[in-house]
Amino acid sequence: MTVVKEIKEVVTILFAGDSGDGIQLTGGQFTDTAAMLGNDISTFPNFPAEIRAPIGTVAGVSGFQLNFGSVEIFTPGDQCDVLVVMNAAALKVNLKSLKPGGVIIANTAGFDKKNLRLAKMDEEYTIQADKKLDGFKVHEVDVTKLTRETLESSGLGTKAVDRSKNMFVLGFLYWIYDRPMDNTINFIESKFKGKQDLIDTNIKVMKAGYHYGETCEAFPTQIEVKPADIEKGVYRNVIGNQAAAIGLIAAANKAGLDLFYGTYPITPASDILHTLSRHKNFNVKTYQAEDEIAAICSAIGASYGGALGVTASSGPGIALKGEAIGLAVSLELPLVIVNVQRGGPSTGLPTKTEQSDLLQAMYGRNGEAPVPIIAAQSPTDCFDAVYEACKIAVEHVTPVFFLSDGFIANGSEPWKVLSEDQLSDITVKFAPPREESDAAFLPYQRDEKGSRPWAIPGTKGLAHRIGGIEKENLTGNISYDPDNHELMTRLRQEKVDNIANYLPEQKLDSGKEGDKLLVLTWGSTYGVVKTAVQDLQKEGVSVAHAHVRYMNPLPKNLSELLKKFDKILMPEMNNGQFVRIIRDKFLVPAIPFNKIQGLPFYSREIKAKIKEVLN
Amino acid sequence: MSTEAIKAKPKAQDYATDQDVRWCPGCGDYSILKQVQSVFAELEVDKDNTVFISGIGCSSRFPYYMNTYGMHSIHGRAPAFASGLKSINPDLNLWVITGDGDSLSIGGNHFIHALRRNFNLNILLFNNQIYGLTKGQYSPTSEKGKVTKSTPVGSVDHPFNPLALSMGADSTFVARSMDRDPKHLRAVLLRAQEHKGTSLVEIYQNCNIFNDGAFFTFTEKETKGETVLFAEQGKPLVFGANNDKGIKLDGFTPRVVNLSEASANELWIHDETDRVKAGILTRFFDDPSKEGALPRPFGIFYVEQRSNYETEMIAQVNKAVAAKKANLNDLLRGSNTWEIK
Repeated sequence: MTVVKEIKEVVTILFAGDSGDGIQLTGGQFTDTAAMLGNDISTFPNFPAEIRAPIGTVAGVSGFQLNFGSVEIFTPGDQCDVLVVMNAAALKVNLKSLKPGGVIIANTAGFDKKNLRLAKMDEEYTIQADKKLDGFKVHEVDVTKLTRETLESSGLGTKAVDRSKNMFVLGFLYWIYDRPMDNTINFIESKFKGKQDLIDTNIKVMKAGYHYGETCEAFPTQIEVKPADIEKGVYRNVIGNQAAAIGLIAAANKAGLDLFYGTYPITPASDILHTLSRHKNFNVKTYQAEDEIAAICSAIGASYGGALGVTASSGPGIALKGEAIGLAVSLELPLVIVNVQRGGPSTGLPTKTEQSDLLQAMYGRNGEAPVPIIAAQSPTDCFDAVYEACKIAVEHVTPVFFLSDGFIANGSEPWKVLSEDQLSDITVKFAPPREESDAAFLPYQRDEKGSRPWAIPGTKGLAHRIGGIEKENLTGNISYDPDNHELMTRLRQEKVDNIANYLPEQKLDSGKEGDKLLVLTWGSTYGVVKTAVQDLQKEGVSVAHAHVRYMNPLPKNLSELLKKFDKILMPEMNNGQFVRIIRDKFLVPAIPFNKIQGLPFYSREIKAKIKEVLN
Repeated sequence: MSTEAIKAKPKAQDYATDQDVRWCPGCGDYSILKQVQSVFAELEVDKDNTVFISGIGCSSRFPYYMNTYGMHSIHGRAPAFASGLKSINPDLNLWVITGDGDSLSIGGNHFIHALRRNFNLNILLFNNQIYGLTKGQYSPTSEKGKVTKSTPVGSVDHPFNPLALSMGADSTFVARSMDRDPKHLRAVLLRAQEHKGTSLVEIYQNCNIFNDGAFFTFTEKETKGETVLFAEQGKPLVFGANNDKGIKLDGFTPRVVNLSEASANELWIHDETDRVKAGILTRFFDDPSKEGALPRPFGIFYVEQRSNYETEMIAQVNKAVAAKKANLNDLLRGSNTWEIK
């Protein structure tokens, strides 16, 4: 049979099944292969909070969405073109995520009476009779049975055989999208090195899936997604948390400092700890403290000792660290505080994403305690943003917040490989030793940046005392003097405000001054809004997009830029936080647009809102 | 004798700062500050290599009065700051100053974890059995029934026994001394400084404003003879105004014996390396006013040599550094790349 090839620009696939079905691995492999073929990609895993939620239930459904194309990709995609479901629960949960007319590939073995019962569906349910599936192209494949038949003579037990059924699906999709299997074969060989039986069975099942696609004639056409026109060079894939960990190591390395990472395990930040703890050869010290408070206090202690002190958590942990952040503001020591945001309040939605800790970072402390804030906009930007956070912390001698969130922390995208010499320098200025005859050391004397000296214990002649009680200007001695307190409060604020002089000006991401509407974003909504705005611009809509990375202090020209637009729309995955800051600082009637579902925006939602605001 | 080559031996006051000491007149803290400064002079401690970290409370003002590096941190967290600092600079001479509220109430968690990790530092726990800085509420070491501003009809809390708690947290150096016995305090501080590990020294300290005389039974000449037992390494546990009583172990039960009736070799010989006996000794915690109360021991209860957290942490790093040269370009590149041509 002659295979007809259909060419597509962008394809979105959602893999869904039990968290034990190997969904993340299947998605990850398809992603790697797409990347190596030169597609642009973006991914978003979506897993349940429970590690092993009951098999077959709605609570146990794990998902992995992949968007790949021959054009530039900025998001993991809106609704998917193809939905792969390993069981009934996965279909029940994800059908709403499929485009009208989209393709469903269903593992029929996952729709037996037991699975239907577990998914709380009618035990008489059949895919064929489901009216809700009208209008979709449904392909029923008994993946479980086909996998078992493939491995009939392998001598493996049913459990072991069933574990490789995800490879059948992967092979099947490789055929549909005309992808070579080499990359995954290499992966299997290295993952199961020394276990030849596992290597053989996994490859065999994948190939069986591929050949099934070729011979079953369910799909008369293969779909081809050509390489994207992306910048030439060497690329790797990276998830946001991994990029953040590498950024921390790179910053410490460039600054010539030891990296001390004091933390307490919390979803979704723990992967940064896992990555860092494997890189001790970069003089990385990871410290799993007894609690969130000890985590930040140990990092402050390390900074006091002359290391790059970093602590990380998610919202609930940051809440516990509040008092210590205030101390770091008062002590004026370098410190990087990572917040990988998740749904809140309280325990909230641990594995879901939200941008609802901006006001916590901005104001969540007692007293006047300004802290600079940088927010990452994409998985790869976690590297750049955390690197900048470290640079500011060290060069301006101040605690700095780095904000990420569950969406970009676990999402991945291709990353053009950087070399060390492309990284900006980080200048460390320790206070020099002092002789008895030298002038007295003044621990709170400021330099041109408004920063005090970083004077580390063990330095000759600099013995001095610091603490959380208000300090006398210059000497740092305890002072309850009213005028001194006002002066110190202003000096601490000026130091943070002054950082804006060292930051780039705010630019438009797309569009032009004078467009009818400016969409103003921060953090992980970047890609979705970029896609939406660019689509509308192609339709001739007068809309511009600006994305803010430096949340505090804000870029110096932002006020001026905002005045160039009649209308400002601010989409946020919260109940309206940045919009309050913008309205407060610039007295502009910015319009909030909020999604608070623990899930990222879809471009179509942004597009619809833009149109609504403009009409 | 030539004078030029001789560097003057430091004096206690060389370790004092120019700041006015602001504790209440008559506070037991003065005596402890003086002994620390005097021990430093004796050991010729390098002030530039010494750090005092404290939490919050009266005692936690201590760093401001020591001419060394110092950090007056936040309530209860001093051991956590110390752990980060020690991980970065293991050569620092590090002292944590804390009180009974700071270390056993708000900072209880950090206190026990510091002890089990065994960083090489000294913790001086000023126990005055009251909240002084907040003007007189009962503390986690106040005796049950304590009448204070926050407990007008008496507290119902069972108090902590700080040394038994420390033994439970696997502390490697457990000692008790008192503000009113400078000689004893000095000796204990010297041993604490010598110990390579977390040295926990509980110091009974009088708050003459809110809890005056809490420890007078143990500190005043008229009563201490009968209520205090000074444990000395290798010596029998003997006490009494006339040194006429001793302790013997009956199985695991300590009993007071009259020396005129017991032979010397029946007595408990203090061995600070014996964990089981140290555990029993820390449990000598009777109300001294009760009939048949065991005396309150002072001295060094327990010493154990165990590796320090920072030593092991740094060894892991050094091993990794030696095994694989750090190459930032390799890290940035990762193990799986592709090229767009």
